[in-house]
Amino acid sequence: MELAITLILFVALVTTAIAIVVMRHLFSVVMLSGVFSLLAALLFIVMDAVDVAFTEAAVGAGISTVLMLGTIALTARSELPPAKFSLTPLAVVVLTGAVLIYGTLDMPNFGTPDAPVQMHVGPDYIAKTPTDIDVPNIVTAVLASYRGFDTLGEVTVVFTAGLGVILLISGLGKRQRRKRGR
Amino acid sequence: MEQMTTLTFVLGHMNYWLFVVLMMTGLYIVVARGNLLKKVVGLNLFQAAVFMLYISMGKVAGGTAPIFTNNPAETYSNPLPHVLILTAIVVGIATTALGLALIVRINETYDTIEEDEILALDHATAQKEIDAVAKLGSDGGDVK
Repeated sequence: MELAITLILFVALVTTAIAIVVMRHLFSVVMLSGVFSLLAALLFIVMDAVDVAFTEAAVGAGISTVLMLGTIALTARSELPPAKFSLTPLAVVVLTGAVLIYGTLDMPNFGTPDAPVQMHVGPDYIAKTPTDIDVPNIVTAVLASYRGFDTLGEVTVVFTAGLGVILLISGLGKRQRRKRGR
Repeated sequence: MEQMTTLTFVLGHMNYWLFVVLMMTGLYIVVARGNLLKKVVGLNLFQAAVFMLYISMGKVAGGTAPIFTNNPAETYSNPLPHVLILTAIVVGIATTALGLALIVRINETYDTIEEDEILALDHATAQKEIDAVAKLGSDGGDVK
């Protein structure tokens, strides 16, 4: 059953991705990228990552869609057709994909309980969270308490990015008006 | 027996391969498409596929989401990949926002967000400067 759901989601994801490649209308591209994020969120739920799923749904399908729509409104509505079709990107992509797939051959099967990734710190956090933090959600406990400093670092990154965005586009309206007045 | 192990191997690794396919679709958009906004969308696609690959490693067969239930014998999926990817999603939207702001700024200066046109404009500007310098040089003026 789970396999069937995963496969259906994959078919939808790949179809969306290919549609994004083909579409020239940027509005459709942005909407499809929102759809992609929502489907990704569903896949995260199937893989037990509920916190990641709702973050992806809120951030990927929500905020980034809004930001991209804003960008379209300020720039262009559609993409120009490429000047010539080139095989080089296709070759690069196929080669990289082949190398990556070669890399997965040594990985343990999906869902193996004794895979190396399940052996070390993970079970430790699960065992200690009820006594150390006493929060039912282990992801919250690790994010906000055990690795709280990392989350502080993340907030710093977001703050810096916000500063960068403000510096880049501040005064845009003023400059545009001056340009038009000239 | 031999066929059995091959089948479990393929079923156990199929997820990873499908993630690679999604990842490469994103990479293709970044490399092959000239529109800057579409490149950002492709980068997001790539990023989402990496997240899926990462989350899939933390999945334990028969496990449940890492939220404590009343059953003490419950197996939970590994929470650590989830924590890492939560951070990565938020950092990802920060970089996307910065990239989009750069696109708006580029559009303000060049009046286009197509890579080819921007490069052509840059070449034209460079050529103009070279010509100006050459002209100054042939006039015997002091080139500075």
